[in-house]
Amino acid sequence: MALDILIVFLKAVFIVLTVLTFGAILTWVERKQSAVMQDRIGANRAQILGLRMIGLFHILSDAIKMFTKEEFTPERADKFIHMLAPMLSLFFALVTFTAIPFGNVLRLGGKEINLQVAGLNASVLFVFAIVSLGVYGVVLGGWASENNYSFLGGLRASAQMISYEVTIGVAIIGALLIYNTLDLQEMVRYQGHMYLGWIPRWGIVLQPLGFLLFLVAGIAETKRVPFDLPEGESEIVGYWVEYSSMRWGMYMFTDFIEMVLLAAMTTTLFLGGWQIPWLAADGFHFPWGMAIGLPHVVVALLQVGAFFLKVVFLLWFQMLIRWTLPRVRYDQLMRIGWRYLLPLSLANVVVTAAVLLLIG
Amino acid sequence: MRIPQSEKELTFWERIYFPEVFRGLAITAKHFVVNMIRHTLRLLGFKNVPKGAVTYQYPEEIRPISTRLRTMHRLARRADGSPRCVACMMCETVCPASCIYIVAGEHPDPNIEKVPIRFDIDLGKCIFCGYCVEACPEDAIRMDTGIYNFAAYTREGMVLTLEELLAHEPAPYVSVPTQDKAPDPGPLAKSQPVSAPASA
Repeated sequence: MALDILIVFLKAVFIVLTVLTFGAILTWVERKQSAVMQDRIGANRAQILGLRMIGLFHILSDAIKMFTKEEFTPERADKFIHMLAPMLSLFFALVTFTAIPFGNVLRLGGKEINLQVAGLNASVLFVFAIVSLGVYGVVLGGWASENNYSFLGGLRASAQMISYEVTIGVAIIGALLIYNTLDLQEMVRYQGHMYLGWIPRWGIVLQPLGFLLFLVAGIAETKRVPFDLPEGESEIVGYWVEYSSMRWGMYMFTDFIEMVLLAAMTTTLFLGGWQIPWLAADGFHFPWGMAIGLPHVVVALLQVGAFFLKVVFLLWFQMLIRWTLPRVRYDQLMRIGWRYLLPLSLANVVVTAAVLLLIG
Repeated sequence: MRIPQSEKELTFWERIYFPEVFRGLAITAKHFVVNMIRHTLRLLGFKNVPKGAVTYQYPEEIRPISTRLRTMHRLARRADGSPRCVACMMCETVCPASCIYIVAGEHPDPNIEKVPIRFDIDLGKCIFCGYCVEACPEDAIRMDTGIYNFAAYTREGMVLTLEELLAHEPAPYVSVPTQDKAPDPGPLAKSQPVSAPASA
């Protein structure tokens, strides 16, 4: 029993540390990737003893700066809620990762360890429920600051997130109908099957439209460019205009963690999670007949690596979108959400259901 | 909200937005991949690969400046080291920022009427329009030192004095002879054409 608790604790520590590391490195990626895309060099001046490490020390200097800055609370703000709101945001973003399976069952010395912190049988619902709660951090922060701009940012955030949550929820129903389960781990297992013996049965193959809708609506959920109206830096600054130091940093971090969450959820739902094509429990079985046997631990580690590789690719893709597209207007945002994405996702559900009914 | 009408009629594929988004993403992704390959190859020692960035890392790498760039002023000298300026006040008069202050004095040579005993340029006021250079009948004041990174902690520190102006040398890119080689016969017998300071 004590061992079980220890294992769960270790898994939780592993996933929290991994996600926080991803979040920290993303602050560097955001600067460097944009620079490379725009033929620039990017931030590279932070150095320790003349060592620059292609700008990686900027993560450290950012952290030092944010922890040592003055924490300012406006005089008329609701002090308690003003303090609480960024923590809520960060908390809800981090908690969702408990349900993400980052690997298959690992057998170590007779113990079966499910590489998923909390093996809920309705983990999809859990993730979306918690993500929906994340809007409270933003709205409360915007409200408690007693500033019209942050209030407007909070309003925009709530309108935007609620609109796109509808699409997100409907976009995955097609996938859920096919997988016939609400358990993320089971979904990933389903995606390990093959069509005709060689096409991986990944969500993106079965639900290409669902994948696209989920990704677009998901990017809108992360409140980043091109859907960054709640925090439009060039116009209203948004819900975090009255925040400084690490409280602001927590909001910023939440954004990056939500990016990681979107990447992890997209991977799990549509890109086969930790599955590697043609890798079974005992090794590779290629469609042209070749087979490579691998020990269990190697297979498990490869699968964990594959999961994080897919997450990294999706993070790169999100950064690419963030540094390519300009911000949409508010009426465009609402039109995209309600008039295009939602009907398309509903049509996706109807067509998927009809096809499933026909082929039984 | 009024939605501005675009002049060009969009086609169907442009209106549904998605293909155009992917076209844009392809462009930026191409830049990313090409630049990453260039950065990596250069890091591995292939120095003839083009640079992955157009950045000049300023304090270490100085960006080449145009030979026509107007930079900090200087006063040309005669062969004996005295200022070529005859304190005619043309530059002071033409200066739109009123940043030049000249006090004229007697020149020991009877052929030369005047010489500045004080010549101050307040760089804090100067707008680098180059009118003083255009106005100078002696081609004495020039803006070709190539110095553009000056700063001071006080307003007084931004004032250039006669000595400083005379001490400045032209930037190495200047090809027009700017210092007199032989003793100057005086302003009336001036043979050197009045040219732009740094027409290389």
